[in-house]
Amino acid sequence: MSTTQLLAPNVTAQHWADPSHPDDRPFIRKYVFSTDHKTIGNQFMFMSLFFLLVGGALAMMIRWQLGWPGQPMPGGGVLPETMAPGGILLPEFYNSLVTMHGTFMIFFAIMPLLVGMFGNWLIPLHVGASDMAFPRLNMMSFWSAVPAGFIMLASFVVEGGAAGAGWTAYPPLSAVPEYSGVSTGQQLWCVSLIILGFSSLMGAVNYITTIVNMRAPGMTWLRMPLPIWSLFITAILILLAIPILAGAAIMLLFDQTIGTTFFLPEAGGQPLLWQHLFWYFGHPEVYILILPAMGIASEVIANGSRKPIFGYPAMVGAIVAIAFLGWIVWGHHMFQSGMNPLLGSSFMLSTMIIAVPSAIKVFNWLGTIWRGDIHFHTPMLNALAFVAMFVIGGLSGVFMASTPVDIYIHDTYFIVAHIHYVLFGGSLFAIFAGIYFWFPKFFGRMLSPTLGKIHFALTFVFYNLVFFPMHNLGLGGMMRRIYDPNQYGFLEPLQPMNTFVSVFALALGVSQLVFFFNILWSLWRGEKAPSNPWRSNSLEWGLASPPPHGNFEAMPAVYRGPYEYSYPGRGEDFWPQDEPPDGGAVHAPTGGVPIPEGVPQ
Amino acid sequence: MPEPASTFGAGIDSIYYIILWITGAIFVLVETALIVFIIRYRHREGRVAAYTHGSKKAEIVWTVIPFLLVLFIVYASNDIWLEVKRADQDGAAPADALPLRVVAKQFEWNVTYPGPDEQLDTSDDFVKRNQLHVPIGRAVRIDLESEDVIHSFFLPDFRVKQDAVPGMTIPVWFEATRTGEFPMACAELCGLGHYRMRASLTVHEPGDFDRWQAAEIAAGGPPTGDSETDAERAEESDVMSEGEESA
Amino acid sequence: MSEAAAIHAHAPRPMEGIRVYNVKLGMWVFLLSEVMFFSGLIGAYIILRFANPEQWAAPGEVLNVPLTAFNTFMLICSSVTMVKAFAAIEHGDQAGLKKWLLATIVLGAAFVGIQIFEYIKLVEHGFVPVASQYAAGGGPLYGSTFYTMTGFHGAHVSIGVLCLVFTLVKAVRGHYTEEYFSGVEIMGLYWHFVDLVWIILFTIVYLI
Repeated sequence: MSTTQLLAPNVTAQHWADPSHPDDRPFIRKYVFSTDHKTIGNQFMFMSLFFLLVGGALAMMIRWQLGWPGQPMPGGGVLPETMAPGGILLPEFYNSLVTMHGTFMIFFAIMPLLVGMFGNWLIPLHVGASDMAFPRLNMMSFWSAVPAGFIMLASFVVEGGAAGAGWTAYPPLSAVPEYSGVSTGQQLWCVSLIILGFSSLMGAVNYITTIVNMRAPGMTWLRMPLPIWSLFITAILILLAIPILAGAAIMLLFDQTIGTTFFLPEAGGQPLLWQHLFWYFGHPEVYILILPAMGIASEVIANGSRKPIFGYPAMVGAIVAIAFLGWIVWGHHMFQSGMNPLLGSSFMLSTMIIAVPSAIKVFNWLGTIWRGDIHFHTPMLNALAFVAMFVIGGLSGVFMASTPVDIYIHDTYFIVAHIHYVLFGGSLFAIFAGIYFWFPKFFGRMLSPTLGKIHFALTFVFYNLVFFPMHNLGLGGMMRRIYDPNQYGFLEPLQPMNTFVSVFALALGVSQLVFFFNILWSLWRGEKAPSNPWRSNSLEWGLASPPPHGNFEAMPAVYRGPYEYSYPGRGEDFWPQDEPPDGGAVHAPTGGVPIPEGVPQ
Repeated sequence: MPEPASTFGAGIDSIYYIILWITGAIFVLVETALIVFIIRYRHREGRVAAYTHGSKKAEIVWTVIPFLLVLFIVYASNDIWLEVKRADQDGAAPADALPLRVVAKQFEWNVTYPGPDEQLDTSDDFVKRNQLHVPIGRAVRIDLESEDVIHSFFLPDFRVKQDAVPGMTIPVWFEATRTGEFPMACAELCGLGHYRMRASLTVHEPGDFDRWQAAEIAAGGPPTGDSETDAERAEESDVMSEGEESA
Repeated sequence: MSEAAAIHAHAPRPMEGIRVYNVKLGMWVFLLSEVMFFSGLIGAYIILRFANPEQWAAPGEVLNVPLTAFNTFMLICSSVTMVKAFAAIEHGDQAGLKKWLLATIVLGAAFVGIQIFEYIKLVEHGFVPVASQYAAGGGPLYGSTFYTMTGFHGAHVSIGVLCLVFTLVKAVRGHYTEEYFSGVEIMGLYWHFVDLVWIILFTIVYLI
């Protein structure tokens, strides 16, 4: 290996921002097929928020049916006869609703928001790079997620309707059209997820390479902001988990289309094989959906408390531990599946142990706000809600991890409550926190704090009124994914609670419009954002809002960790990572020579 | 949760309550701390946050305590889990158990009874659709199968839930402790009729069970039974059980 | 803060990372995900085979082992020629690079060609992936897993051949030099990976 090979590529051709040259990219390169990580992050935001709306609309229909079973849905008359004749939802359409609600929310809303949007927004800026390691790959990642989403959406209008075997698509139901009544829709489901898998992989390769190789001088591993740590570990999980899903989805697609029998028992195939493969992917996926949220919450909580994060090394260790343990717990989704009960015991042990790093994170967040100087800006409110709700989601997980208790609550609304406490109460509150926090940086406008606080208050209250009673529905024995619980005598007494949940679910849905309105309004009318509205430390806050193409004018240098808030003896209660130790202006361009262009990549 | 009606139901519930107490205490502790900190340390003119990067001692404490707690929960759970699943005995039910076979298919449960000889796959077997009848105070062993997709055999009052997987025969056992009619449900999404794949479980006094069995055999004719009539009977018994539930 | 002062003393250069340049690191990372993809397929194969040993015919009974052994040999040779191509450009040998790249392409294409020929012959004997039309020895899972695993590997080889052609075109245009040959190097990484996967697949699908 020649020396040139070792050195030259590390100083890869980073095209730093050049203030003397205006950004003269043509419109299509700037806004559509852009290779700029900030633009791609924005694109992921708009795409995922669109699918968040879609998933939310599906949830509203589900709650309508459960709240008022068999009643015509207001406005439901616009749906075709095959879905809701006269506005009354059909059972087969209901199955599609629950399947597609889960699929859209997990794969096309939460995951691209956390990984696609925050990954692109934050990684190059936080590590001090001009862009991702592979900008064109990054662009392809976004532009393959879009068709995947629209293929999934299109499955609603094909013959037989959208996939209806649950987001977990257990065969044989998902593999044999005669069983589910859905053929094309179920195939499109597989195709869409395979394409989305490619998109995620391209992202993961980019993130890992960028974080490992493109950190600015001084940005040691233990000076990286926690969102970067969590996105780094998440990228590794994506890298290793998504291919398993892709392989399983391909086999399922073959079962559906060419007549193989991987998961069909007629010729020796194994339905449980799908469950093992799916959950071997699926449990790391759960952590893909929560780890970046934890990172974002840590960043915002340290900022809002004006205090260094409590136990930074333990926070990093906990992320790594959760990700590692995430690979050996998949069987806890399958306690009642017919898997060997002794395996159940060992999966119970590994699952319970995951509670330990999760507990460390919660206590360290508490330690961070303890003796802080807490500013209740909108991001901070959402981040605190994240901690409060994640605690509930984490604790309810202990019930399911206990195998005997899981016998009763498995496949009931207790599970539904748990997943929503983690994915809505956890991930989505952190996403809100992150959007309120970084929107000014990427759009140059503040989101309205008044609307933000109204949105937060409504969401927090309604959210708990919707999802907390679901624990009780589950303990009452109400199964998941049932179209009409009143078919069962023992579930009839639960109908008032179901109606209660539905009323507030509709209110929760409507109150999200405040958030969407805030974004649209602030994009054009919002107050102009200063470069560092939250008086925060990481590198992006030293740049203009939005940062120029190429981010930094030259390679920045990093002198300290990201959470040096309230350092004694300083006038300011924050200390930017790139401020030289001898003082100097807070936002002065950092020293250093630009790397000459034309260095081969 | 409904009052348990099986021998291991109370055991399962006790684990549930142990976890409820532990997690409940942690919940109250953590959320109280959160609220107290939020109020106590809110921004005030002149407040300066403490500059600290953490405390090794505190972190060790709150690593070790949760670890011990979850180990205790695992330990407490595992005994009852092994009892329910009889994992140490290959899932085999107690020796004197009454053998039954339940075959799920979209969207019904077919129960094969062994008849007076208490042997399955003999000539005196008979099949009932959507009706499971068992005697009280005696273990029942069910061989659970599925003809088409994955279903899940759910007896809420008995704390029994087990997926029925096509291509597999999965043993389930329980012993009833109360007589009466109980609901039986499908808990795994199995197609468009999933929500109405319901059946009833009747627990008889031992003598009653024998009388019921004799009457069925006398009325039954061919072992497959007259399923339409059975279905109607199941409907009727459902109505009855609904009446009891709401009463 | 002496550490910071030390940073100041040197010209700012990025952190050293793991001393592997971006595209090479990216390829390594990508290959990790490929490892997981094939692990998933192989894992499924092992589970299905253990559950249904009767569906697998004895080695050589249905599949043409000698032909595939020859094919395997060719693929291993193509790895050698790939190494030769890389060694050539490392020393600035443009002619050698083109020669060995071409050899690799020919061997890779021949591998795919023989595999297609093998598929045609097998289908004629009723060895098909479709369960309902399976007519060869063993059972339908034998056919399904065979075509899935070898098919995905074949697709990887085919994509590799296309990329090799692309690399060759660039080589002909003089794109690579003694200092700059990362394109050839990462192509080689991919190619050796595909070769390695085949050795595993050949062993478990054909020989065991």
